[in-house]
Amino acid sequence: MDILYFAWVRERIGLPKETVETDATTVNALVDELCAKEERYAAAFADISALRVAVDQELSDFDAPLDGVREVAFFPPMTGG
Amino acid sequence: MDIRLQSEAFDAGAELNGFTARQDDAGAVVSFTGIVRDVATGLKHMRIEHYPGMTEKAILGIVTEAVDRWELSDALVIHRHGDLAPTEPIMMVATASRHRAAAFAAADFLMDYLKSRAPFWKKEMTTEGNTWVAAKDADEDALGRWTEPRDNDTSQGDR
Repeated sequence: MDILYFAWVRERIGLPKETVETDATTVNALVDELCAKEERYAAAFADISALRVAVDQELSDFDAPLDGVREVAFFPPMTGG
Repeated sequence: MDIRLQSEAFDAGAELNGFTARQDDAGAVVSFTGIVRDVATGLKHMRIEHYPGMTEKAILGIVTEAVDRWELSDALVIHRHGDLAPTEPIMMVATASRHRAAAFAAADFLMDYLKSRAPFWKKEMTTEGNTWVAAKDADEDALGRWTEPRDNDTSQGDR
C-alpha cells in the first residue's frame, strides 16, 4: 500500500511517500502501526483531530476500512483558494 | 467547463474576457480572483503544495456539482501551485448562467469548496522564516451554508 504525506505532515515524517506491507483493516489501525515504527510518526500523528485522510484519493475518515485500498494520504486541513 | 491546474502565472483579465466571449446563452458572468497578499513581514513568496491526481479529481467533482446544482451554462477554474510572488494571482473562478443569482451563488460555493476540499496547502516563505498557513474554522463552517436548508435557495427558481 502506498502512503503519502503532505505539507507539515510530510516535513515532520521526513518523506513524501512510502510503500508499506500492512494487515491493518482500518485507517486508525494503519496509524497505530506507523506510530509503533518510529517516534517521528508518533509525533506527526499525536493529534489526529488536526489531520485529514484521503483513501484512494477521496477524502475519508479515520475509521474507514482499507480492504482493497491502494493509496492512503495524510495531511493537515486544506488551504486552497 | 474549463479546469486548469498549473504552475504558470495567468492574466485574470484576459481569462475573464475569453470566458465571457465563449458564452452565447448566458446573461450573467461572475468571477473571483484570489491574489497573493503581501501580508507577512517580508513575504518572499507563497509556496502552494498539492496532491497530484486527487487535486484534479476534487476540483472536477466540485465544479460538476456547481454546474448541476445551479444549471450553469459554463464554469472556469484556474488554480496554481508552486512558488508564487506577492500580488500574483493564485486562482480564479468564473461562472456563467442565464441570471445573476445563480452565477453569484455558484461562484461563492466554488470558492468555499476549493478552499477547504481541494488538496492544496499554502506556505508563506518570509525573511523571518517559513510558516504553513493554518485552515480557519470559519472556512470549514462556511461549507455548512451549502448543506443546511436554505430560505433563499437560488438553485430553485429565478429562471
